[in-house]
Amino acid sequence: MYRIVAMQTLAPQTKLIEIYAPEIVAKAHAGQFVILRVDEEGERIPLTLADWKPEANTITLIFQEVGVSTIKLGSLNVNEELCDVVGPLGNPTDVRNYGTVVIVGGGVGIAPCLPITKAFKKTGSRVISIIGARNEKLLILEREMRCICDEVHISTDDGSKGHKGFVSDVLNILIKKGYSIDIVYAIGPSVMMRAIAETTRPHKIKTVVSLNPIMVDGMGMCGACRVSVGGKVKFACVDGPEFDAHQVDFDQLIKRQRAFLAEERTALEHWEKCRGN
Amino acid sequence: MEKKPKSKICKESVPMPKQKLEERIHNFNEVALGYTEEQAVAEAKRCLQCPEPKCAEGCPVDIDIQAFIKLIAERKFDEAIAKVKEKNSLPAICGRVCPQEEQCQNACVMGKVGDPVNIGRLERFVADYEMKKGAETPRKQAPTGKRVAVIGSGPAGLITAADLAKLGHEVVVFEALHKLGGVLTYGIPAFRMPKEIVQAEADYVRKLGVEIKLNALIGRLHTIPELLKNGFTAVFIGTGAGLPTFLGLPNESLGGIYSANEFLIRVNLMKSYAFPDYDTPIRVGEKVAVIGAGNVAMDSARCALRLGAKEVYIVYRRSRNEMPARAEEIENAEEEGIILKLLTNPTKFFGDEQGWVKQMECIKMRLGEPDQSGRRRPIPIESSEFIMNVDTVVIAIGRTPNPIIQRTTEGLQTTKRGTIIVDEETGQTSLEGVYAGGDIVTGEATVISAMGAGKRAARSIHDYLMNE
Ligand SMILES: Cc1cc2nc3c(=O)[nH]c(=O)nc-3n(C[C@H](O)[C@H](O)[C@H](O)COP(=O)(O)OP(=O)(O)OC[C@H]3O[C@@H](n4cnc5c(N)ncnc54)[C@H](O)[C@@H]3O)c2cc1C
Ligand SMILES: Cc1cc2nc3c(=O)[nH]c(=O)nc-3n(C[C@H](O)[C@H](O)[C@H](O)COP(=O)(O)OP(=O)(O)OC[C@H]3O[C@@H](n4cnc5c(N)ncnc54)[C@H](O)[C@@H]3O)c2cc1C
Ligand code: SF4
Ligand code: SF4
Ligand code: FES
Repeated sequence: MYRIVAMQTLAPQTKLIEIYAPEIVAKAHAGQFVILRVDEEGERIPLTLADWKPEANTITLIFQEVGVSTIKLGSLNVNEELCDVVGPLGNPTDVRNYGTVVIVGGGVGIAPCLPITKAFKKTGSRVISIIGARNEKLLILEREMRCICDEVHISTDDGSKGHKGFVSDVLNILIKKGYSIDIVYAIGPSVMMRAIAETTRPHKIKTVVSLNPIMVDGMGMCGACRVSVGGKVKFACVDGPEFDAHQVDFDQLIKRQRAFLAEERTALEHWEKCRGN
Repeated sequence: MEKKPKSKICKESVPMPKQKLEERIHNFNEVALGYTEEQAVAEAKRCLQCPEPKCAEGCPVDIDIQAFIKLIAERKFDEAIAKVKEKNSLPAICGRVCPQEEQCQNACVMGKVGDPVNIGRLERFVADYEMKKGAETPRKQAPTGKRVAVIGSGPAGLITAADLAKLGHEVVVFEALHKLGGVLTYGIPAFRMPKEIVQAEADYVRKLGVEIKLNALIGRLHTIPELLKNGFTAVFIGTGAGLPTFLGLPNESLGGIYSANEFLIRVNLMKSYAFPDYDTPIRVGEKVAVIGAGNVAMDSARCALRLGAKEVYIVYRRSRNEMPARAEEIENAEEEGIILKLLTNPTKFFGDEQGWVKQMECIKMRLGEPDQSGRRRPIPIESSEFIMNVDTVVIAIGRTPNPIIQRTTEGLQTTKRGTIIVDEETGQTSLEGVYAGGDIVTGEATVISAMGAGKRAARSIHDYLMNE
C-alpha cells in the first residue's frame, strides 16, 4: 500500500523517506502534513511534507529519530510498506506575494520550510532564509535552500558553521541592518519559534509559526493538539498548523509537548529490550 | 388468540451472566457474557405474544420483535436471526448498546407487571449465535452500474453502504481513520463492544462487495464536488459528531486533562491499555474525575478504573435522575466502584510545576425549574466551592459535528451548531445527490438512530439513482 521508495540519512539521527502515495501527491500543498503508522502496534506520527514528486507519485518526509516511533520508522528499508499514511492534513500555507519573506528553519524544521520557500519564490516574493542547527553536521538542506533563496544565512549553536548562536540572533541582525521584512515564517523547536516571535514582536513584523503539539487523530476529534492562540483554544491539526506567532502561548505548548516524557522513555526501553539490544 | 394463564407470567427477566467483578475491573474483556441457549429460550418464553405488540413502536428500525422472540422460544434460532436481519443488518451491535430501556423495552407490556422482556439481550443472542456459526453471504440484486460514495464508517455509513450494495449499487466507503466502525471502534470500549464484533459486522458489509478506503479524509483528500465529478452519482455523509467540547475553565490545558475522545481514542483505537506493547501512551493517575454522566462518561470512568486508577469519580452537575447514560451501564459502573459526585460542577483546575493537573475546584449545585430540554436546571450554590485532589480529568460533556466537510463543501447548508441540514424524510442535503444522516445531522445521538437515518437515506438514494 504505502511502499517506501527511498530512505536516506541526511545527518546524524535525521532521515529522509520517500513513500509511494499517489492520492496524497495529487492534493499536497506547502504547509500540510501527513500522519503515518509504521505497524499495527504503532503510534500515529505526524510529519510535515518536505516535498512531493508528481512524476514518481511519492511524498518526501524528513524526520528526526527522537523516540520509539521515529526510530522504528528509520529502521525500515526500501520496498517495505507502512501500515497507514493519511493526508494531506492541516491548512495549506497562505502563499502570496508579500514582498520580502524571511523563512527561518531550525534543525529538522528546515525540512517543512522547503516547500513553503519554493511556493513563495514562485509568487515573485523576495525570499531570504535563515537556517540553523546545533552544529554543522546537523545542518540539513543547505544546498536546496541556496538553489531557491535570494539569500541564505546560517547559524550554529557551536559556531561550527556560519554565525555562532541562534537563528533568532541572525534575524535580529538582519532587522538591525535595516532589511525591510514583510513577513517571517518560522518552523523549528518551540523554544526557537518563541524566540523568533519575541524578536519580531517589537518591530511589529507579521510572523507565522507552524506548531507541532502532540497529536493523536490529526483530524479534529481528540483535542490533544489544543493550543492557546490569542487566548482562544485552537486545534492545531484542523485550525492550523500555522498560526500568528505573536498570539501563541508557547509556554503552554512546551509544557504540553512534554506531557508524556516518562512514558516515551518506557516505550523506548521496552522496544530496545524486545529487539534484544 | 388464546390467553396464557396468569400464573405462567414470569415477572423477573433472566439475569445476564457477567464476568466476575474482581476480574473484570482488571481487563478489557466483555463484561456481559450473553445468554446461553437455555437462558435465551427462558427469557423468550416470558413474552406474552401480545395481539397488538407495544414493543414494535419502540424500535426505530421496526424490527418484528414479537416474531423473532417467538422463533427463539421455539428454538428456531436461524429463522429468528433472519427475521431480525430483515430490518437490522447490525444486530450484534444494537443488542449490546441500544438504550433499550427507553426504546423497545420501555414499551413492552411486561414492564407493567415486572421486568420488561429483555429484547436487546435476545437480539444479541441470535446475532452471536449466527456469528459463531458464520454468517451467510447476503444476497444481492443485479448490478445497476451506479456508484455511490459513503463518507464515514460509523453505524450510519455502514448501514447505508450495506443497503445500497444489496440493491446492486457499487459503493465505496471513505473512512478517515485507520480502522472501520466510527464510535463503535474508537469510542466504545471493548468491555462493552468487543472489537471482533465490530470487525465481523464490517466484514459482512465487505462481503456485500462494498469497497473500503481507509485513511481517506474527505474534504482534504477529495472534496464532495470532486467525488460527484469523478464517477459517483450520489454521496452519503455519515461523519458523526466527533469534535470534543471543553469546559472553558481556567487551566484546562494542563497535562492530565483529556477530552473523553482523546482518552477513549488512545485507549480503544490505539490500544494504549496494552502500552508499551502498543506504542501510544496514556497516563492515568490514582484519582480520576470524569466530568459528565452520559455513556461517554461511563465508558471513560470504567476505562480509567481498568487502567489502574484507585478512585474514579463521575462529577455531574445534575442529579441521578437526569444522568443520560444507559441504565445498565450506570449499574455496571457503580458495581465496579465508580463514585458518583452528583450536583457538583468543576470551576477551576490547578497544576504542579510540570504542568500536570493536581486539583480541581468544584461548586455544589441544586436543581431549579425545568429548562427547555425539560430537565431541571442546575444552579450553583453560593460559596459552596471545595477542592478535589485529582491527577487525571476526563471531560465528557458532549461532542459536536466534525467540521471538515462543512468547511470544504460550498453550498452545503448547516445549522449554527454545525449539523448538516437535511430533509427529514429523504435525508437529502441542500445539494442535489448529497445525503447525510446520523450524528452529523442530529448531533450526538444513538447507534440505532444513526442506523435508522442510514436506512432512510439508502432508500432515497436508491430512488434518486433509479430515476436519474
Ligand atoms: C504537525 C506536525 C508536524 C511535524 N513534522 C515533523 C517533521 O517534519 N519532522 C520531524 O522530525 N518531526 C515532526 N513532527 C514531530 C514528530 O511528530 C515527533 O517527533 C514524533 O511524533 C515523535 O515520536 P517518537 O515516538 O519518535 O518520540 P517520543 O519519544 O514519543 O517523543 C519525543 C517528543 O516528540 C513529541 N511527540 C511525541 N508524540 C507525538 C505525537 N503523537 N505528535 C506530535 N509530537 C509528538 C513530544 O514532544 C515528545 O516529547 C511534527 C509534529 C507535528 C504535530
Ligand atoms: C464513548 C461513546 C459511547 C457511546 N455509547 C452509546 C451507547 O451505549 N448506545 C448508543 O446507542 N449510542 C452510544 N453512543 C453514541 C453512538 O456511538 C453514536 O450516536 C453513533 O456512533 C453515531 O453514528 P455515526 O455513524 O453518525 O457516526 P460515528 O460513529 O461518529 O462515525 C463517523 C465516522 O466518520 C469518520 N469521519 C469523520 N469525518 C470524516 C471525513 N471528513 N472523511 C472521512 N471519514 C470521516 C469518523 O472517523 C468516524 O469513523 C456512544 C458514543 C460514544 C462516543
Ligand atoms: S434495534 Fe434496538 S430498539 Fe430495536 S429491537 Fe433491537 S434493541 Fe430494541
Ligand atoms: S410488548 Fe413485550 S410481551 Fe408484548 S410482544 Fe412485545 S416483547 Fe412480547
Ligand atoms: S490531533 Fe486530535 S484534534 Fe488535533
